[in-house]
Amino acid sequence: MPRRTDIHKILIIGSGPIVIGQACEFDYSGTQACKVLREEGFEVVLMNSNPATIMTDPETAQRTYIEPLTVEFLEKVIEKERPDACLPTMGGQTGLNLAVEAYEKGVFDKYNVKLIGARYESIKKAENREEFKAAMEKIGLDLPKSAFAYTIEEALEVGDVIGYPVIVRPSFTLGGSGSGICYNREELVNIARMGLDYSRTHEILIEESLVGWREFELEVMRDICDNFVVICSIENFDPMGVHTGDSITVAPAQTLTDKEYQRMRDAARKVISEIGVETGGSNIQFAVNPQNGRMVIIEMNPRVSRSSALASKATGFPIAKFAAKLAAGYTLDEIPNDITKYTPASFEPTIDYCVVKIPRFAFEKFEGVDSALTSQMKSVGEAMSIGRTFKEALQKGLRSLETRRFGLGGDGRDRILGRDLKKIEDYLEFAQTASQDEELRKKIVRYISVPREDRIFYVKYAFMAGLVTEEIYRYSHIDPWFLEQIRQIVDLEKEIINARSNKEKKKAVLREAKRYGFSDRQLSFFWEMEQKEIRELRKSLGVDAVFKLVDTCAAEFKAYTPYFYSTYEDEDEEEVTSRKKVMILGGGPNRIGQGIEFDYCCVHAAFALRDMGYETLMVNSNPETVSTDYDTSDKLFFEPLTQEDVLTIYEHEKPEGVIIQLGGQTPLNLAKGLEANGVKILGTSVEAVDRAEDREQFKKVLEKIDLKQAQNGIAWDLDGACKLANEIGYPVVIRPSYVLGGRAMKIVYDEKALRQYMTEAVDVSDEHPVLVDQFLTDATEVDVDLIGDGSQYVVGAVMEHIEEAGIHSGDSASVIPPFSLKKELIGEIILKTKQIAAELGIIGLMNVQYAIKEGVIYCLEVNPRASRTVPFVSKTIGVPLAKLAAQVMAGKTLKELGFTEEIVPKHTAVKESVFPFIKFPGVDIILSPEMRSTGEVMGIDRDFPRAFYKSQVAAGSHLPDKGKIFISVKNQDKRKIVPIARKFHEMGYVIVSTSGTLDALAAKEIPAELVFKLGEGRPDVCDLIRNHEIKLVVNTPSGKEIAMLDEAKIRSMAVSFDIPCITTINAAHAATAGLQAVRGKGLDVKAIQDYHKVKTKA
Amino acid sequence: MKAYLALEDGLVFEGKGFGAEGEIFGEVVFNTSLTGYQEIMTDPSYKGQMVTMTYPHIGNYGVNSEDVESAHPWVEGFIIRELSPVTSNYRCEETLDAYLRRHGKVGIQEIDTRKLVKYLRDFGAKKGVLSTIDHDPKSLVQKAKDSRSIVGVDLVKDVTCQKPYEFQEALLEGFEWGVKERDLKKKIPIVAVDCGIKFNILRKLNQHGFQVKIVPAFSSAEEILKENPKGVFFSNGPGDPAAVPYVVESARKLVGRVPIFGICLGHQMLGQALGGTTSKLKFGHRGGNHPVMDLKTRKIEITSQNHGFVVDLASLPKEDVELTHMNLNDQTLEGFRHKKYPLFCVQYHPENSPGPHDSDYLFQRFREMIERN
Repeated sequence: MPRRTDIHKILIIGSGPIVIGQACEFDYSGTQACKVLREEGFEVVLMNSNPATIMTDPETAQRTYIEPLTVEFLEKVIEKERPDACLPTMGGQTGLNLAVEAYEKGVFDKYNVKLIGARYESIKKAENREEFKAAMEKIGLDLPKSAFAYTIEEALEVGDVIGYPVIVRPSFTLGGSGSGICYNREELVNIARMGLDYSRTHEILIEESLVGWREFELEVMRDICDNFVVICSIENFDPMGVHTGDSITVAPAQTLTDKEYQRMRDAARKVISEIGVETGGSNIQFAVNPQNGRMVIIEMNPRVSRSSALASKATGFPIAKFAAKLAAGYTLDEIPNDITKYTPASFEPTIDYCVVKIPRFAFEKFEGVDSALTSQMKSVGEAMSIGRTFKEALQKGLRSLETRRFGLGGDGRDRILGRDLKKIEDYLEFAQTASQDEELRKKIVRYISVPREDRIFYVKYAFMAGLVTEEIYRYSHIDPWFLEQIRQIVDLEKEIINARSNKEKKKAVLREAKRYGFSDRQLSFFWEMEQKEIRELRKSLGVDAVFKLVDTCAAEFKAYTPYFYSTYEDEDEEEVTSRKKVMILGGGPNRIGQGIEFDYCCVHAAFALRDMGYETLMVNSNPETVSTDYDTSDKLFFEPLTQEDVLTIYEHEKPEGVIIQLGGQTPLNLAKGLEANGVKILGTSVEAVDRAEDREQFKKVLEKIDLKQAQNGIAWDLDGACKLANEIGYPVVIRPSYVLGGRAMKIVYDEKALRQYMTEAVDVSDEHPVLVDQFLTDATEVDVDLIGDGSQYVVGAVMEHIEEAGIHSGDSASVIPPFSLKKELIGEIILKTKQIAAELGIIGLMNVQYAIKEGVIYCLEVNPRASRTVPFVSKTIGVPLAKLAAQVMAGKTLKELGFTEEIVPKHTAVKESVFPFIKFPGVDIILSPEMRSTGEVMGIDRDFPRAFYKSQVAAGSHLPDKGKIFISVKNQDKRKIVPIARKFHEMGYVIVSTSGTLDALAAKEIPAELVFKLGEGRPDVCDLIRNHEIKLVVNTPSGKEIAMLDEAKIRSMAVSFDIPCITTINAAHAATAGLQAVRGKGLDVKAIQDYHKVKTKA
Repeated sequence: MKAYLALEDGLVFEGKGFGAEGEIFGEVVFNTSLTGYQEIMTDPSYKGQMVTMTYPHIGNYGVNSEDVESAHPWVEGFIIRELSPVTSNYRCEETLDAYLRRHGKVGIQEIDTRKLVKYLRDFGAKKGVLSTIDHDPKSLVQKAKDSRSIVGVDLVKDVTCQKPYEFQEALLEGFEWGVKERDLKKKIPIVAVDCGIKFNILRKLNQHGFQVKIVPAFSSAEEILKENPKGVFFSNGPGDPAAVPYVVESARKLVGRVPIFGICLGHQMLGQALGGTTSKLKFGHRGGNHPVMDLKTRKIEITSQNHGFVVDLASLPKEDVELTHMNLNDQTLEGFRHKKYPLFCVQYHPENSPGPHDSDYLFQRFREMIERN
């Protein structure tokens, strides 16, 4: 069936900010959808609030709205653009939920917009658990025993009938929010309460627990003619009980016979037909009882998903792209397979390698959180790896994670139950004694019975301690097939260790070791040799990695798409061209502090260099991304970003140089080692990077250009730190050197806190000293992004933060152009920034952070690389900075590129951060130097108040237009809160306060209602929050430990009940301004192309 | 245990042996199915061939007595990247290694199977030798060269039954698919000509309400008709379809006298019976992911395939034959029917095993064709 002709203009809804459970994969799917639909001649309108996306580039869709993803704004976009159809299946759960809500409110009917990709009824049937259950029973599929509950009492009744343990799953939530396993009635009460709150429909499903069952997923597609294909099967390493987003997963399924697999395939086909997904992809999850093969269906997602992105990267079959084509009316047989060119998309990919996905967590950033993995997703990113065998892929995957591990242990980083095995002697001693240590064995057993981020290492330790597969299976329920693979790794490791003092034995085991995925780094640990020596030994023996192709068909057909992975086999398939080429190092797995922004930059570099005639080589390990779409670069290497893996590709391809400044800190950290091995680094020199990152050298740079720095020093031990802090004066900012995302950075107010910190910080990074900085209280923080070509430097934008200095720049809201700084000061900031750039000789991008206190500029830090704010700045000023940076690195001058002057936009853009606190109940949400946000949104409008208001709505902070506001601030803020409270009062809000703040307001004749503090009596402030009586919380932290506890409870309660919570005076100011600006008037929407007068081709 | 695989034109792989020790010859082919190695090994159509599995991990779920397509493995040799050290499945009864050893079949692992597959793809299926005894590459290549080609050789006689029999087995409980609600109580008697028939074809025929009498491939048309069948089925089988003229001969005599359905080699028999010719594909179709279009309904089915020969489309008499199914990967002939007589056949495997269940309707069509007749 050919393309639909009844529709011309299609609206695509994006997924908004990166949050846990929804990451770059929807930029990947949305970008593909835009591209495909435009190629098909449709006019594409895109709506997404996340500026750090390729899809919101003005070139991707014809009309792009960086506006909040709410029904109100969606309607405005529809009213303005009048699309014929809306494709809601590309924007994750956010896009789907928004479409459902808009449909139910009649928005689509009102403007005669058709839903394509998935019908409303299908979405409801798949997402509403009751309807889903009925549908599955109708087609004869087995489900876990379950029943719905709408109250705690009902939940308990159901729990008693099914029998514990039970699982609670709320309807209509994201990434399994609010779900959990309950082993008893008490736990059920707690989790059910949370689940009922989270559910959009106040509905929870209570389900038979399948803990310990094997878990599988099928990624399937169906077209309008009922043609159906399975793209990929996935088996979870972690058994049921762990959210699939938090599980190590493996493609294809490993332990199903063909009979079992085909039964699952038949079931999937029935499911997608019954749910009624007529054009697109779905993800269907199954659980299988390992004892008897009983198969039950868990859930289905009628849209592209994280798993479909993974399946696309795992097989080379671009699901989102084809889903968009199907939505446009095509059938599978009408779409050619990109990779083979001559065969159609209506087939099922088959692979001849093994793919492992490993989640990346950030528990260290959320103090006090239980790190056990449950049915609620907590990971913030993932790495994927490809090997010819599971063993190889697993070890590659572990070193792709960039958790400073280089395989499955044996890398000098092992830490077993608090005991470090940094030296080979320690490791050998453990290996030799562990099996006799009964106590240790018991502890390890206890450890492997609970799924955690590092459980896989403990499975290995268990083998080392002499446990056998059956025992480990009994405690962990990890399938014996996977366990045996790990045992094989352990066995070979023994052989490797045995060879340590015998060169011939080393030679004999080397090839096998590489085939098992051991890194040179691990071998250098076992054999006490330099990594370089291992490399040389390998080369002398001809043990070299080869590259194999990902081709969707296990080599049955010739493939044309250059998508490679390395392995140790006989034949190398990669044909090196004679073209001039550039290698781009990506950012690896998403984590807090390093995410989609850097992928955005790398993708731009690939596009820019391709246009300049270079062959582009992309190296990355993050399956969610646009950079790992094989369409993005000329050659894609799906590989870990370690020195060894990068060098292998470099020596193979011999590119003109490598771009390391666009992928965040990951590639930047590799720069020195790569250069030492003869790699040419493009752009800013490694030496300049060092000058910016090394404290002492940096100090000299600043002195040279007469720029102040907060007083600072380096301490190597506890006493040194105390002495230094006394000299500088409290409060001080303290942190380990060389960190990203403010890891372990803290403001301490006295020596006691300093001492406490030091014992923890040494833990964090003992190879590097601790940095102590004067903390500039009440200073304004400013971020500047600059681009330079080595002789000319242009500032992209000066961003003023709303939150004061001391809060991590990645967590604060920032504004372009600055809203309070004087013109002269901005001029000086620009001047100083250019001086720094000139001094360092920046070729490419640079980011500088300043604090302004009493009109004086202090330089906080310089990052000689692309920053998180590059996409935000680019979207605001209408200049693609990352693209220009790549061109500059390839030798162009800014003059040639026509970017020689700063642009001061007439509009205002506000970047607001988005936090994962809802996933970590009980954690204090207070902002600090430790970055904790996962994503960002942008609000853009004609002035600051409007842009700020939009940014809040987009970040999910629904500033109320009336009702009660709880205000409670620390003493220093009592004076500053007055004008803010007055504004709220004048706008008709009712202020509720605890005694201290109430008195301060009363003194200025601002009426407020008194509410009890926690422990003073009931109802207290938490009761009001719980009853949704309070609509907004303004609470600034007192910084004192005891008061903090109560405050933290209030704040985290507000988060749980979805009540916006403002924690700084500046943000409260901005909020009142925003509310005032939109009062009664509402807001307009405007396409990004109109802001920048961009003309796009039809 | 060292093992070597050598191809006739000089390519040699050194790997590790598993299963039995020995030296065996065969045509080296590959199969792209991710699952179903047990069904593949026991498919009589692989007589004379050594199968390379493209998926690297094989043996993961072991072997059981339920998932077999005949009484014992027929592959000459088995070529894989890595044998699983453990079996993980509740139905597993034996490891793949032990199973092959028990049946005297030689396997080789730890070779670059992708390199081998690419070679076969580019240069076609090759004669080869797999040996755990001879470790001299030169000698092995010579042996491969000197070995018998499967072209022109009748392999059907090696796999067909020697006398008629009946097969009552149903689809495995818990793994049934396809027809359920139709009234199948009235059993339709048919004869199945066994050129190397897979159990699952028989299980499917049983499920669809046929009373099947299986007869040897060398049975004459008269012997078949003596059974008074309401329909005749021609099965899959190994080797060169041009080398079994006696089956073509009985098929020719049956056309128009009784409704006929054929699968795989059966399809090739019927093609020749109607005057067509067959030829060898470069490396064949073996896997469970090939898209085939039913030209009548325009629907696509993902099919299970195993054939190295194909009926030449142009050789079929246009006035008698209508093309019904086409392979969307390479546009080769996948099925046809007779315009006047009740006869149809497909090149692929609607009984799958291993493979997707998309083509069950063909058994239904066979039944309807007989009922109409």
